[in-house]
Order: sequence, then C-alpha cells, then structure tokens
Amino acid sequence: MDQHNHLRRVGLLWLLASAVATPLVIVLVGPIVPPGSGSVEASGQVTDNTVLLGMVTPVIVGIMVYFTYAMIVFRAAGDAVLEGPAVRGHRGAQFWWIVLTSATVLFLAAFGSWRLLQDGSGGGQGPSPIAVPAGKPLEVQVIAQQWQFTYRYPAYGGVETAHLELPDNQLVELHVTSLDVTHSFWAYQLGVKADANPGVDNVVYVTPTRLQSFDIRCSELCGLFHGYMFDTGEVVTPSAFDSWIAKQRVLFAPATRVLPPYATTYSPDPQRRAG
Amino acid sequence: MAKKLIGVAVAIAVVGAVIALYVTDYLLAYPKTFAAAAATPQRTANLTLASVPAAGTITPHPTWVSYFAIDGHGRWHHTTIYTVPANALVHVTIYNFDGASGLRNPFIAQAQGVVGSKFQLNGKPTLAINPDDASHVFAIAQLGVSVPIPGVADNAKNPCSEAPCSLSQDHQTISFTFRTGKRGSYRWQCLVPCAAGFILGFGGPMAAIGYMDGFVRVV
Amino acid sequence: MSTVAIARPLWRRLIGFNLLTATALGVGGFFLGWFIGDHIQGSSISYYSDSAGQNDLALLLGYGLGIAGFLIGLGFANYPLSRMLGRPASLVEKDDQSLQRYFGLCTDHKVIGMQYLVGIGVFFFIGGLNAMLIRTELLQPSPNVFPPDQYLTLVGMHGTMMMGMMTSGILGPFANYLVPLMIGSRRMAFPRIEALTFWLLMAAGVVLTTTIFFGGFQTGWTGYDPLSDQGQIGMDSYLLFFALVGISMMLLGLNLLATIITMRAPGLTWSRLPIFCWSVVATTLLMVLAAPVLIATLLMAAMDRTAQTAFFIQSAGGSSYLFENLFWVFGHPEVYVLALPGFGIVLELLPVFVRKPLWGYRVGIAGMLGVTLMSFFVWQHHIFFSGINADLRPFYMLSTEIISIPTGFIFLCAMGTIWRGRMRFSVPMLFCLAWVFNFLIGGVSGVFLSDVPSDVTTHGSFFSMAHFHYTIMGGLIFSFFAAIYYWVPKMTGLRFNERLAKIHFWMMFIFFNLTFMPLFVLGFLGMPRRAVTYAAHLQALNDWVSTCAFVLGISMLVFLTNTVWSLILRREAAEANPWRSKSLEWQLPTPVPVYNFERIPVVTEDPYGYGMPSIPVAAGAAPASGTA
Repeated sequence: MDQHNHLRRVGLLWLLASAVATPLVIVLVGPIVPPGSGSVEASGQVTDNTVLLGMVTPVIVGIMVYFTYAMIVFRAAGDAVLEGPAVRGHRGAQFWWIVLTSATVLFLAAFGSWRLLQDGSGGGQGPSPIAVPAGKPLEVQVIAQQWQFTYRYPAYGGVETAHLELPDNQLVELHVTSLDVTHSFWAYQLGVKADANPGVDNVVYVTPTRLQSFDIRCSELCGLFHGYMFDTGEVVTPSAFDSWIAKQRVLFAPATRVLPPYATTYSPDPQRRAG
Repeated sequence: MAKKLIGVAVAIAVVGAVIALYVTDYLLAYPKTFAAAAATPQRTANLTLASVPAAGTITPHPTWVSYFAIDGHGRWHHTTIYTVPANALVHVTIYNFDGASGLRNPFIAQAQGVVGSKFQLNGKPTLAINPDDASHVFAIAQLGVSVPIPGVADNAKNPCSEAPCSLSQDHQTISFTFRTGKRGSYRWQCLVPCAAGFILGFGGPMAAIGYMDGFVRVV
Repeated sequence: MSTVAIARPLWRRLIGFNLLTATALGVGGFFLGWFIGDHIQGSSISYYSDSAGQNDLALLLGYGLGIAGFLIGLGFANYPLSRMLGRPASLVEKDDQSLQRYFGLCTDHKVIGMQYLVGIGVFFFIGGLNAMLIRTELLQPSPNVFPPDQYLTLVGMHGTMMMGMMTSGILGPFANYLVPLMIGSRRMAFPRIEALTFWLLMAAGVVLTTTIFFGGFQTGWTGYDPLSDQGQIGMDSYLLFFALVGISMMLLGLNLLATIITMRAPGLTWSRLPIFCWSVVATTLLMVLAAPVLIATLLMAAMDRTAQTAFFIQSAGGSSYLFENLFWVFGHPEVYVLALPGFGIVLELLPVFVRKPLWGYRVGIAGMLGVTLMSFFVWQHHIFFSGINADLRPFYMLSTEIISIPTGFIFLCAMGTIWRGRMRFSVPMLFCLAWVFNFLIGGVSGVFLSDVPSDVTTHGSFFSMAHFHYTIMGGLIFSFFAAIYYWVPKMTGLRFNERLAKIHFWMMFIFFNLTFMPLFVLGFLGMPRRAVTYAAHLQALNDWVSTCAFVLGISMLVFLTNTVWSLILRREAAEANPWRSKSLEWQLPTPVPVYNFERIPVVTEDPYGYGMPSIPVAAGAAPASGTA
C-alpha cells in the first residue's frame, strides 16, 4: 500500500465521518446548547456556540480518524524493530496546514468579533460600552458586596431592592459595581456575565425574551460565602413589574431616605474604626 | 528485601497518619452546634445571642469581634451554628456590647424579613436605624432576614471589653421574630465591616465561621 | 579519588552542611524572624497590631529568615563567601555515587534532576490529595464535610501547589538531568544556582503547606487583590510561596538557557539540537521574562498587607484592575510554561517509537517559538468581562485565536512523524498518544473560551476548569509520565514493571477523561468555580465526576506501587538503551558517569536518524538528509 492510497483512505474516512458527525452535532446538540433562549443575548450565544461546534467537529474528527488509522495500519508487528521511511517533511502538507488553520482561526476571530459588536453578547463592557443595542433601556444597577447582590433602580427613585425583577421584552442596561472586593454577576438563563469591581461601572445590555426565573450566581471568588452568593431573579410582565416596583418603593422608603444618591460607582469608607 | 518492605510500610503508615491529622484536625474544624431553646406554644423557639468587641481568651482569637450563643442558664457558648425547628416561629434576642462601625451599604439599615416588619430595639418597635450607628447585622440571606444592630455609644460609662459580658454592662437589646420553612442549612452573616485591623473591615472574624458568620440549621 | 574510609562516630558525621543542619537553622531562623517582626510592629502601627497572631510582618520575616537559615545550613553561602574572601574559583563534584548526595547540596546536574523528580512528586501528591478532598466535598450540593473557609483553602492549596510545583515539573527533573547529556556537555552553566533552584522550591513547598497553621488562605491560586488583602496571615504563605517559585523559575530558566546557548558540543548546531532542547529554550524564555512580573506583583500585595500601601485598594486610590492585569501578564505565559515542555517531550519520543525521523523539525520549532512570542499578547482573555475597555476585546480574541496556529504546528509534526511509521505501543508511547487526544480536546475547548460571546457563559465556570485540566493535566502530566517511563530506566538503571505501568496508563487515561469531560457540561449548565454549593439538579453529574476522580486518584497509587516495587524493592536492571534511541543521552552507559562524557563528542547529525532511505517515498517529500 503506497503513500497515496493511505492518504486517500484517510481523507475519505475523514470526509465521511465529518459529513455524518457535523450535522448530527448541529442538529442534536444545537437546540440544547446553553445558555438557552431566555434573552436576545443568550440566543446570540447559542448561535455562536453552534457555529463553533460545527467548525470544531470536523477538526476533532479529522485528528481522531488520522490517529486511529495510523495506530491500526502503521502498527509494527512482531518483535523485530523495523524502521519506517526516512521522511523529514513535505512542503505541500506544511503549506496547506498553515493556510487552512490560519484561515479557520481568522474566520472565527472575525465572526466572534462581529457577533460581539452587535449587542455585547451579554458580557460586561466596562464604563464605555461600544456595542449598544437600539432602544430606550431600563437602567438597573447591580451592587455586589460580600456576600449578596442588591439592585437599584434609578428611574424609580433610586430604590434599592434585595431581589431582581425585570420586565419582559425590555432592553435593560445593567450597571454592575462592587462595594468591596471583586465579584461577578452571572445571570445564567439571561446569558449575562459582568465582573463587579470596586469603583468601576461595568455596563452590560440584556433584553429578556420570555417570562422566566433565572439563576444569579457570583462567579468570581470573593471570600468565605462566595459559594452562597446566589439568588433567583424574575422576568415578569411589564404591568407586574410596575406593581412590584411600586410596592418595593413603599416597602423600602425608610432605606431609600438614608441611601446615598444614585451614582454609577460608590466609595464607602473602608472602615471607620481602627485598631 | 524484608528490611525494605518494612521501611516502605513504615513510610506509608507515617504518611497516612500525617494525612489523617491534616484532614481531621485542620480541615474539619467546625464550631459546635447550638440548639435554640424550644418554647411554648408549639413550633416556636427562642434563640439568645450576644455580640462582643473581643471574643476573649477562651477562644483562639481573643481580640476578634464575635457572636456568642447564650443558653437557658446564662452560659455563653462560642459558636455560630444554630439549630431551629422547621415551619416554626423563631424569636431571636441579641445583646450587643460592641460599638458602632457604620454600614457600608445603608440599604441594610432597614430590617427585612421579620414578622411584623419591625424589630424591637430596647423595647421600642423600630423599622430602620441610622446607618452610621450600625454595629453588626444579623442576616440570613436565603430566608430574606436582615436586622441591623446599633452599637453602644462611644461615651458609654460601663462598656464590656471582652466576652463573657454581663447584662449590667452597657448594651443594646435587639429582638425580632422570623419564620422558618422547610429543612435546610442556611448561612447567616454580619454585614457591617467590623473586623478591626483588617482591610475593608471584612477579613479575619468577618470571614470566619464561629465569629461573625455561621449557619442556621432548620431541622 | 577515594580515601580509605575511617569509621567516624555518628554524631561527627551529622555535623556539617547538610539537611539536618539546614532544618535546624531553618526552624531557628523562623523563630528569630518572628521575634524581630513582633518587635518592629508594635503599637505605633495601630492598624495591624492585633496581638492575636495577625502580624504579617512577623510571619514574612520568620519565613524569610527561616529560608535563609535553611539555605545557609545546606552550604549555599560557602562558595560566595569564599570567593568574597579571595579564594579561587572551583567546582568539585563529589566523586562517589552515594545516596547521601541526594540529601544535600550537590552540584551534579543528574543528582539535582533526581532530587527534583522526587521532590516535585511529593508535592504533586499533596496537591492531588487536596483534589480528592475537594471532590469529596462536591458530592453534595450543599456543604457536607468541610466548612466553607477550609474548603476555599483546599481549593487554593490544590491550585497553588500544582501551578507552583508543576511549572518546574518537566524542566526541573528532566531538563536538568538530560539537557547536558543531550548537548554533549559535562555540566550545566551554573551548577550551584541549579542546586539553589531545587532547594528554594522545596522550601517554598514547606512554606505553602504550613499555611494551615496560620488559618489558610481563601483566594484560590490567583490571589486576587483586594480579597487577598483581607486574608489572615495564612495569605502571606501563599504570597511568599509564589514569589519563591518565581525566583526558582527565573534561575532555572536562566541556567538552562545559558547552558544550551554556550555549552553545546562541537558540531551541535541549532539545527541539530533535539526538539526537547528547543522546547526547553522556548519555555525558559517565558520563565525568565514572566516570572519577574509575578514577583513584583506579589511584593506589592505583601506591601499592601504589611506597609499600608494601597496598590490594589480602590478606596485608597489603588486599583483592583492593576492586580488582575499584572497577574495575568505572568499567568498566561505561565500556562505555556506548563504546556511547552509537553510539546517537546511528545515530539522527542514519537520518532523513537515509530522509527522515523521527526517530521517537520523546523515547523515544530516555529510552533514553539510562535507560542512563546504570542503568549505575551493574549493575557486579557482571562478578564474579558472585568470591565476592561471594550475596544480591546476583539484584539485579544484575535491574538488568542492566532496562538492556536503555532500550537497546531505541534500536531502537524506529530501527525507527520507517525505517518507510515512502525508504531510500537510501549508505555511511553501510550502516554504520548494520550497526550495528543487530551491536548486536542483541551485546545479545542480553548477555542470556545477565546470566543468572547461564548465565553460569557463559560468564563469562571467549570468549563474553563475542564479546559485547563485537559491542557495542563491531560497535556503536561501525561507527558510527565511519558518522560518518567521513558527516562527513569536511564536515570536509575532500573526497569519499571510493564504490567503495572500499563494498568496505570489505562486507568489514568480512561478515568481522567471520564472525570473531566463532564465538567464541560457542568460549566455550560451554570456551575461556577470555587463554589462550595451548586444547583441541586447538578448533583448526579457531580457525583459521577467525583467517583471517577477517586478512581483516577487510585491510578496514581498504582503508579506509586510500581515505583516502590520496581525501584526500591525489586530493582531489576534495565538495558543501557531499551528503546533503541539514537539520542545522545542513550549512548552513555548506565549509570551515567559523574562527568557524563569521557570525551566530548563531535556531533555530525541530529538525533533523528531513524528510517530507511531506500523505502520509496512519494513525490514531493523532501529527501532524507535533514531538510524540512
């Protein structure tokens, strides 16, 4: 069996396996790819992940087919230690490998950047976001502290609440900040993750697309109870949201009176008592 | 060969002993659990706690602020892990002997999650305190409970400097009731940066089970 | 030259510059340093005067003087002092091949290599034990065994121990032992510094394990400030450990680089250098350039904790971003320090076991050096969502995607090497093939993580944990074991038991994948890292992972059993060149003589002269005389 037959066989096996595996992966895994369709940004991530899966499957299949073939066909039989051909390289193979791998990763970088710049993909963009979705946003501040999240609604008198509720189908502009150490606000079903750094306003956009409960977890180690820093948020109808926020304003009126005015960052005193 | 075998066996035994010591002595060091006292009527319990500016020499960290649990005989226990009954009303009384540090987030100045929305501050029903007066907080986030605890005045005549304290010394008395639901283990913490000597006031006792953090075990 | 041995009484033999003296001086130095620290920080600095043992300066000075005492006790100060007193330069190796050389300061690079192997092995097992305990805790969604602060210390100890120790995991044992042999040299460029790097690393390991006496640390291996500023004094153990590891890395890298550049045998041109040595060059460049950043960062963090500076405290004018960026400027090259030696080992071993020359030698070198260069330009992919300037993210996404191109060259070389070879599945070869599979999965998952939209869900989750365990454990550790099974017969002259070795391999490979593959799913399902609780519906998957992890741990015990059985108890002699390798180190007798080569060889070709040129090769392939 000479060189070209081996190559042809491996190539055919690879094509066949990819042709089977790639659609299977896209069709079977695509629909269940996290984080789901709870928001526009989450759906965008699902698209990205599906594309990545589709591009990555032939690569994995290719390497696996190649090595499996080699391990079976090029296995040395018997005890005698025989030598293989003294080939040290092949310009053509090297050239095409470099070209194909470069093209693949450059495409992925371009595709990822394009998707990222559309709506920020639910990731924190810092104080000056560059991917701003169209529409009038509802501003909500997420205040991370050791070890819980609280939320402020500047459009509703700057009321601070212990739970997060958002109206459905409304663009939300989350401002994530911290009062002490570094935390990270991760709303899983909404596909939102933004680190909370003290003195920093980390802006992230999200548009929830259906009524749901979503898990909020801190995803940056922040001390003893980091593992307990979780909560459940709600996406509700706009009218339910209006009545909820009105109730919160009444309930937390005493607290609102002593809160500092709404700002995108806060600098509370480190500690007033020394020694 | 036999000598080598013995040598290997001894080495394994020594390593095993070191591992066992590491696991049991350091890793499993939990404070003891303190049971809230059952009360009448049925499905209520009383929990009496105290917070002090220094835990005293009976503890490994004598200068750390700490909570203590007080049993029916007035004895002080250095633990922050409490058991309370499920689907019950728990009456909590906290004697605070410590001075004020101030809240980092003034939102916590308002009590949340307590029966009747208010807590009793030295007998007076109170909804919120001045954030600068806060000395400690008792908050069970998973149950939505959060009660601010004001501090003893700076010019108090007879303050207590370290545990155990007596009720004749200057203190604030806070009491409130919260409702428990199903079984589980819920963490509770203080939210005032009261750990003196640690940056941001949140290290040391504020990040240690047995001092300013603990668990409420609903059984 | 040996003298007639006169039996000296035991107590006289114990006095001298040895490990016993070093330990005694180390302990003494610790208490002296603590005493000094306690008296410097009195009530004049009220912020940190907590007399309940929270004096950071006391602990740092204690450790510092303890390590100084330890090194002096071993004899490291002797030569510098003698030079300062005007005595001539000299280098004397101990002529005997006694066991005692391994327990003190020895300048024979082969002894240091073996010391590294055992020393790193010990700390690898400690780190592994911590991992088993972590998985025990994660059997249940809410804490069941360990309190949250101890759990965080466990997590931190596991990560820190592994990252600190395994950066020298290949270069320490194998590069130190083999590089002089592979390049035809009798010694390393700086033998005493080489010994220093080992003992510094051991001292650092002791510093880290003693953190449990000072309350542990709860920041994980990344030690993010400002959280690390809040920690108890156990945090200082972490800071000092990593600083010492950084110093050890720098010196190790410098030494190896100088050796390879200056001490190659005549005829050993750069194009004839074994690919393993090239991977050492690529790795040492990273070590020498990145470790100083770490040391400076940790010094700043230590100053924040002791001298009330505010480099990283935002409320006092500092920035938590500064720490994150500085740390990852080191941290990213660090992970390539972990990956590159694995590349070198796999490409070095494959030709031996398929009996063909290394395919694409120049491409492989380009790949390694490309990785080295690019690894300085990708670090912000660790902090995509920290609130960094959003304009930067497409750049870092691009640079991270680009770094996978040179990484792919390694796969190209591996694939070309095995093509039409005569493959023999000896145990080292099995580990190399497993490396290919594991690093493929690890690398591909890195493509997901580098895609910013996809990273929104997977950053800081178990997905990224699975990625780096696949690349570091699946890559580095598997190649570490390949190197052990391959070279230990030369280093010790003893054979491993083949059957136990194969059991170890299969258990490790199968259960490694069964443990870490589901972690990708867990990450995608929303489980964050370092959290002691998780959502209840993830318990079944976590229990599966923990069970498989325990079996993976048992596979390590199989390896230990093999080691004890083969190297201590049974001690069956190995042939001088069991793998029929053409590399220079295998042409030496076993045990390798103290001065390596009787005569420095003159090298005329690279070590990949396998293969039969008369086998017809396809048109387009380069001829067999070394061009690629």
